[in-house]
Amino acid sequence: MDLHAVKSTPPTALFGMAVILLVALTGLFAPFIAPYGETEVVGLGFEPWGGDYLLGTDSLGRDIASRLIFGARNSVGIALATTVLAFLAGTALGLLAAGLGGWTDQILARLIDLLISIPSLVFALLLLSIFGTSIPMLVLIVAVLEMTRVFRLTRAVAMDVAVMDYVEAARLRGEGLFWVLRREVLPNITAPLVAEFGLRFCFVFLAISALSFLGLGIQQPTADWGSMVRDTAQLITFGEVVPLLPAGCIALLTVSINFVVDWMLHRASGLED
Amino acid sequence: MTDPLLSIRDLWIEGRQGRDWQPIVKGIDLDLHRGEVLGLIGESGAGKSTLGLAAMGYTRDGTRIAGGDIRFDGQDLLGLSARRRRALRGKRIAYVAQSAAANFNPAHRLIDQYAEAPVAIHHLMKRPEALREAQALYETLRLPNPQEIGFRYPHEVSGGQLQRAMTAMAMACKPDLIIFDEPTTALDVTTQIEVLSAIKGAVREVGTAAIYITHDLAVVAQMADRIKILLRGEEVEEQETSAMLSAPQEDYSRSLWAVRSHAAPARPAPPAEAVPVLRVRDVGAEYTRGTPVLQEVGFDIHAGRTLAVVGESGSGKSTLARVITGLLPPSDGAIELDGAPLPPQLAGRSKDQLRQVQMIYQSADTALNPKQTIREIIGRPIRFYRGLRGAALEDRIRELLTAIELDPDTFIDRRPGALSGGQKQRIGIARALAAEPRVILCDEVTSALDQIVAEGILTLLRRLQEEHDLAYIFITHDLATVRAIADDVVVMQEGRVVEQAPRDAMFAPPHHPYTEQLLGSVPEMDPDWLDRTVAQRAKA
Repeated sequence: MDLHAVKSTPPTALFGMAVILLVALTGLFAPFIAPYGETEVVGLGFEPWGGDYLLGTDSLGRDIASRLIFGARNSVGIALATTVLAFLAGTALGLLAAGLGGWTDQILARLIDLLISIPSLVFALLLLSIFGTSIPMLVLIVAVLEMTRVFRLTRAVAMDVAVMDYVEAARLRGEGLFWVLRREVLPNITAPLVAEFGLRFCFVFLAISALSFLGLGIQQPTADWGSMVRDTAQLITFGEVVPLLPAGCIALLTVSINFVVDWMLHRASGLED
Repeated sequence: MTDPLLSIRDLWIEGRQGRDWQPIVKGIDLDLHRGEVLGLIGESGAGKSTLGLAAMGYTRDGTRIAGGDIRFDGQDLLGLSARRRRALRGKRIAYVAQSAAANFNPAHRLIDQYAEAPVAIHHLMKRPEALREAQALYETLRLPNPQEIGFRYPHEVSGGQLQRAMTAMAMACKPDLIIFDEPTTALDVTTQIEVLSAIKGAVREVGTAAIYITHDLAVVAQMADRIKILLRGEEVEEQETSAMLSAPQEDYSRSLWAVRSHAAPARPAPPAEAVPVLRVRDVGAEYTRGTPVLQEVGFDIHAGRTLAVVGESGSGKSTLARVITGLLPPSDGAIELDGAPLPPQLAGRSKDQLRQVQMIYQSADTALNPKQTIREIIGRPIRFYRGLRGAALEDRIRELLTAIELDPDTFIDRRPGALSGGQKQRIGIARALAAEPRVILCDEVTSALDQIVAEGILTLLRRLQEEHDLAYIFITHDLATVRAIADDVVVMQEGRVVEQAPRDAMFAPPHHPYTEQLLGSVPEMDPDWLDRTVAQRAKA
């Protein structure tokens, strides 16, 4: 990106990109940045801020700053994996529904409607208590639930493209369904899908954090922002701001992604102001 | 002479292209007096619509007024605040757009949308009064059932009626100036004549001034007192209508006139024993069981010849194309290719059968994938049908680009977005040609193009036909196109073939009554044609 492009980018988007970059780098290089290990008990419980422990320690005597840094890796990494999974499934099924139409479309769409009709947090809690709370299970369940929205978006935008003459031209040529979907339809719906990816990531991230906060998400001793809020929650009654730190991280990242997505959508829409 | 109602001096309008601003309108002067109708003619991209909108002090997104002066009734339009300008729009200057269907809100009844401007926005009258006036205007515009039609929703009336309802809407506040932006371009000829005469009558009755934008000369000849011709944002010439028609001064104006009278020489009829390359035998088709869209449609088409299928929208022309291509299996009858039956379903046809019947679409914008380069668009059918790769593929793509008169080096890596309408349509032709077909279905391929560009496309198609012995099925509602390219004509109405004959026989009497009506509705360059034709029909 040249200087001119940076100048014409709104400050909110620049801020958002900076935060995302920072979180990504922190997550990638967590072991090198963090002063202590993720699960390492380094001192007494509830040590104050400053000194050896930048943000103090939690109830078990683990360094909160280090756990926040590792949290960037775990919370964001798991949410990212979940979003990718949700997108792969949602886009594939959505394209298929739009491309085939007819009964396939009806059956898929109604099944997805059924899934959407159940409040997703309640449903996730239910499934997690049935299948247990391992990380793969968490990823799978949240991915399936979030996939429904991706499916709907993909199906809707792909249907708009599927009626274009160039799609008909490809079908008349005798091209297979897979080729038509991949080469003629998919390239024309990437813009909304990319934007949706950012937003969906926020929702996934919030959903996993909420589940962790409720105790059914990422489990101890893995450092995760959602469960850190829960672990330190009682401190708020003593006037401590510690639980607000992981909560703040969650909020900051979510808002930042929204800034960037807003900007991208705006650019794609071609509006001037 | 009084001061003009609208006076534009040295107007420059620029449009954004990436980071640069390119001029679209280059120093145009324009004067319009009360009660006068000015026709604006030019190809698309000539700046007609931009100029028309500027007369309201409005510019589209991505365009800006770079210089000049627009005065409306003594006020400097560009100097007014946005609020004052908005107060003029709809009330003193109104706009009628090309596609009424796209400009009506489908969720509100016609009369409610009519009442919006005079009642809710400009507070000129109370609703009951507005409704009464609407009904009176609907009557002036000769809408059927004027008392009742306003209470329908946009989808409940026909395209021609909707266009007239939109004209009524523009007249609601009794504006001094109405801008008509191609109001009849999207309509069939037989509908167009009704709308034209209704608009003409209403404009005459109310005495409003109008700017009439179109690319159809014969239409503007009926409507305008004066005609101004634009080319690439510059004025070519401006004259009184009769003077412009009888003695255009500039070469460009004369070339516009010449295009209309173009006709291809007749070819000899094919020998009686020749097997037609495509035979449509008693085809019937339906989308829902029991309501046939096509009935007993049958014709032959021989190699190297062009068959025009003519009819209004709703006559079944496009359905016929879907049946021939296999998208819609016929409910009755059969299609034969070289004397052998063609499987009714697309999925049942072999790759070679698919290859032999290709299609060119009406709207080049939706016919080319905007994300693919020209190389991919033309290359794919070559690779798909002939399996060419690498250098051989590249050579063939270049050969095809040369055949459609586009420079390979310039165009091969472009995407459709960087092409003009005519260039896109040429790429559509190259894609069809790449399959090396025997039959090409051309679905209204020139109707979205300007006359001169369309002329170029038709000439190209004729040349390719001779070089490759192609058979064309030309689906069109434009009889000028038929005259220019067809060898044989099939006239369709309500899913049936009503007349079928060689072209010259078709254009010579006696005609089937429906053909007669179609032919009689094509506007002629004579300014009195509209009034005369309408009067004749009223008598009959």
